Amino acid sequence: MSIPIETVRHVAALARLHVDEATLPALTEQLSNILNLVNQLNELDTQDVVPMSHAVDMPTPERPDIVVNTQRKEALLANAPDVAQGHFQVPKIIE
Amino acid sequence: MTLVQAASLLRTRQISAQELTTAFLERIQRLNPIINAFITVDHEGAMQAAKQADARLNNGTATPMTGIPIGVKDLFCTENLTTTCGSKMLAQFRPPYESTVTRKLKEAGAVILGKTNMDEFAMGSSNETSFFGPVKNPWDISRIPGGSSGGSAAALAAQLALATIGSDTGGSIRQPAALTGITGLKPTYGRVSRSGMIAFASSLDQAGPMAWSAADAAMVLHTIAGYDPLDSTSIQADVPDYVNALATRMDGIRIGIPTEYRPDNLNAEIQKALTEAEQTFRDLGASLVPISLPHTRYAIPTYYIIAPAEASSNLARYDGIRFGYRCDDPKDLKDMYTRSRNEGFGAEVKRRIMLGTYVLSSGYYDAYYRKAQKVRRLIADDFHQAFQHVDLILTPTTPTTAFPLGDKIDDPIAMYLSDLFTISVNLAGLPAMSIPCGADQLGLPIGMQMIAPILKEDKLLSAAHAFQTATPWHQRKPEP
Amino acid sequence: MSHDPLYEMVIGLEVHAQMRTRSKIFCGCSTTFGAEANTQICPVCAAFPGVLPVLNTELVQMAIKTGLAVHGKIREKSEFSRKNYFYPDLPAGYQISQFELPIIEQGELTIERDDGSHKRIGITRIHMEVDAGKSLHEGIQGASWIDLNRTGTPLLEIVSEPDLSTPQEAGAYLKKLRAILRYLQVCDGNMEEGSLRCDANVSVRRHGHTKLGTRTELKNLNSIRNVMRAIEYEANRQIDILESGGSIVQETRLWDANINASRPMRNKEEAHDYRYFPEPDLPPLVITQQRIDAVAQHLPELPDAKRQRFVRDLGLSEYDAGVLTATREMAMFFEESVQQGAHPKTAANWISVELLGRLNRENLEIEQSKVSPNHLGRLITLIQNNEISGKIAKQVFDIMFETGANPETIVQEHGLKQVSDTGAIESIIAQVLADNPQQVQQYREGKTKVMGFLVGQVMKATQGKANPTAVNAILQDKLTG
Repeated sequence: MSIPIETVRHVAALARLHVDEATLPALTEQLSNILNLVNQLNELDTQDVVPMSHAVDMPTPERPDIVVNTQRKEALLANAPDVAQGHFQVPKIIE
Repeated sequence: MTLVQAASLLRTRQISAQELTTAFLERIQRLNPIINAFITVDHEGAMQAAKQADARLNNGTATPMTGIPIGVKDLFCTENLTTTCGSKMLAQFRPPYESTVTRKLKEAGAVILGKTNMDEFAMGSSNETSFFGPVKNPWDISRIPGGSSGGSAAALAAQLALATIGSDTGGSIRQPAALTGITGLKPTYGRVSRSGMIAFASSLDQAGPMAWSAADAAMVLHTIAGYDPLDSTSIQADVPDYVNALATRMDGIRIGIPTEYRPDNLNAEIQKALTEAEQTFRDLGASLVPISLPHTRYAIPTYYIIAPAEASSNLARYDGIRFGYRCDDPKDLKDMYTRSRNEGFGAEVKRRIMLGTYVLSSGYYDAYYRKAQKVRRLIADDFHQAFQHVDLILTPTTPTTAFPLGDKIDDPIAMYLSDLFTISVNLAGLPAMSIPCGADQLGLPIGMQMIAPILKEDKLLSAAHAFQTATPWHQRKPEP
Repeated sequence: MSHDPLYEMVIGLEVHAQMRTRSKIFCGCSTTFGAEANTQICPVCAAFPGVLPVLNTELVQMAIKTGLAVHGKIREKSEFSRKNYFYPDLPAGYQISQFELPIIEQGELTIERDDGSHKRIGITRIHMEVDAGKSLHEGIQGASWIDLNRTGTPLLEIVSEPDLSTPQEAGAYLKKLRAILRYLQVCDGNMEEGSLRCDANVSVRRHGHTKLGTRTELKNLNSIRNVMRAIEYEANRQIDILESGGSIVQETRLWDANINASRPMRNKEEAHDYRYFPEPDLPPLVITQQRIDAVAQHLPELPDAKRQRFVRDLGLSEYDAGVLTATREMAMFFEESVQQGAHPKTAANWISVELLGRLNRENLEIEQSKVSPNHLGRLITLIQNNEISGKIAKQVFDIMFETGANPETIVQEHGLKQVSDTGAIESIIAQVLADNPQQVQQYREGKTKVMGFLVGQVMKATQGKANPTAVNAILQDKLTG
């Protein structure tokens, strides 16, 4: 099985990755090969198997509704590439 | 010198933590340019910690870990100490918080020498995908040390630390441990908190110790294990005293030998080392039982759906807004996203994000992701059934010994297959260890894997300790 | 309704209700509204590397309450999922939500239609999810700013069945749902501030057809009135297209309240592939029957039950009971007034006519009333005890409304206490009769209507303070005696 180049472009757009046209065929081939590998799973009948999302079967814990006011605005903005007046700044969002 | 020996010298004040730390820092300074095991060396922080450790050793508030110089894989967030995850994306990232694992180590008085190299975002089996360059195997610097915790393994093998912390998603502790001749333990999923450990595949990732012996690993695990209210997937169970549980005999222990882990084409030297190890276990009083784990061959396909799917989502937060790399002069929002991510991530990371995005996308979810989750259960059930009959399972850790740098980096599938024997354990959430059990003709280490039921790390460590009491393999060290 | 009678509308509503927990859904940051930008954030809600979510137990309690209130089925095991999309105000690049296994399914609520009939509206599901942050655009040159304070505020998404057939029904559904959420004290229900948000799915079909038409999703509906107007507009737009031979495009449309029209949202690229999968950082949420029972025991009386009780036990009309149970605050006001000894019917009357009349005129909510329910109850008690007349009570009420003072003090200070002392009344009556011999004469000749005039004269002389019953009795006595 080989996936269409168009699908790879679409997936790249979904993942917000830019793929150079030049590298697209090679990437498409690699992904196709990996998908061929994973397609082995189709040999198995899994009709009645319950999907396993977690390694250990346990319920989620819950925490009390308590405000922990960290007041760490400066520390949390310190790694941002672009900050303006206490906000994270990004190129204009057009709706 | 092992961690246990160093702890004894520190406790009896025959050596100070500052002397010990200085010695390791000097060795790092000399050898790290060759091995490239550390991305960041924290001289100042380490000396500061060593000074505090000496104070604790003097005033009686020390723990067995106080003053022990260690290395930590560079995906554990350390407050105000750069944490790169082996990626250009986070090359400048200074976390404003501390991972639970490093917090516990610091509280115990351990001295963190620095952050060890790794495959980018822990995606790789050779440590060649690191933005900070490949790590060299101290046994032969033309060879890879394994990955993704390659820096932690090589640092230990080159004696740049007394213990290191790694993380294991599909074998990332055990595979490099095997290839560098050290002891590595991947605990039960949820035994060690993931809080502050940068995620690759959330349902598979688990932190664990890498050390020279099972006894050393037991001490480190005891320090980092336990329930953490900051991690909803951490298990609410008491932490046993792993050190006291260590035994030297294995009478009555049943060890399962799964046929699926001895393929005909298995490297003959590895086959031979395993056969010898089996005899050692018999001599120690254990019995060997042939077992079957019939879904083993589906582990790699299952893993390469689940892990990339989770990764594609986990890595969506690297958008160049709050932290991490942002491209120069983005022309609009979309350009900022795509170019920052394109320039910030390496090829393997992007490949896995693409794969994960694809298998989750509309129309493919049932065929890939849900299917993989179902097979995951079949694989886990294989183990649960086997553990009705045996206490431990013994397998090789890797299909080959350390391979040369550049050998597989352009062939993703060949690289993926090097995790053949380690991946099932992560899918099932089980604890497993790799310990040295031999050497090939070139003198490269061979590792064997032992697998235990959920939360039976004590059984694992005990068996490893018994083996190490009876054999010298773990004491072999590469020439300096 | 102005739309073509050949068509019927099929409407479903998706309501997002911000839950009034103190801290956020997965971290300890405060949920307070209106703080300085990015001061209520932490590594968890700002999605820094390696940090993990831990569920707020109070949110689960609130979801159970809401589920019980709409007679929903509460899942023993529900599951969180990730909804993946890139947007600057969504820091993780995914929203933690519930997808395949929501906490609540198969609920319902009953609305009252304009003709007084009732209609059951199905609630498909209710699930928990995180709110996103805010993007600021206005007045910023070439850039947008991100404030993550709201990120991680807990939401319940309440999805109705497409059971609604008119904008009025949609309005009634929203009012009812909002009342329930407020009764439960789980949500402020403030659509203008965004603590309650509503999207509408609208399609039309010819009467008698069973196949659903292509639907559109309406967003940016920040009041119940806008929800109704947007649905009306959308149905007419769709009918116009169908009537002119066109077909409906499935799309999301933004309502613009300024021009009373909607426009298609700029197609967000790949917006529709959210790549949901179970959230690996959160094991399943398990809710025991014991826990549900414990919540049920403390569930407050809800509007429908209250209305029925007001009619059945307190003798109110359906209409009055409806008005007084429309909001929790109104019902509490009424009940507290009655607790002071006011007769329920009288209290209902005073609240719905006098109090709500004045509040409406001044554009105030009942929570803003200076007249407390306690004081109103006491005012009514004064009337019932013949201490003041109904007419004087209205004067007292006006002062209470302005000042918030208690009725006894006002009566005291303004000397408004009713005169029931028969001696005092008798002497005033004697004076009135002496001053009006002509009317006395007329009365005795059988023109009993002049009685009213004479009573008026007595009341005037006492400035309205004389007890009217006593005045009537004594006058009668004097005139016929």
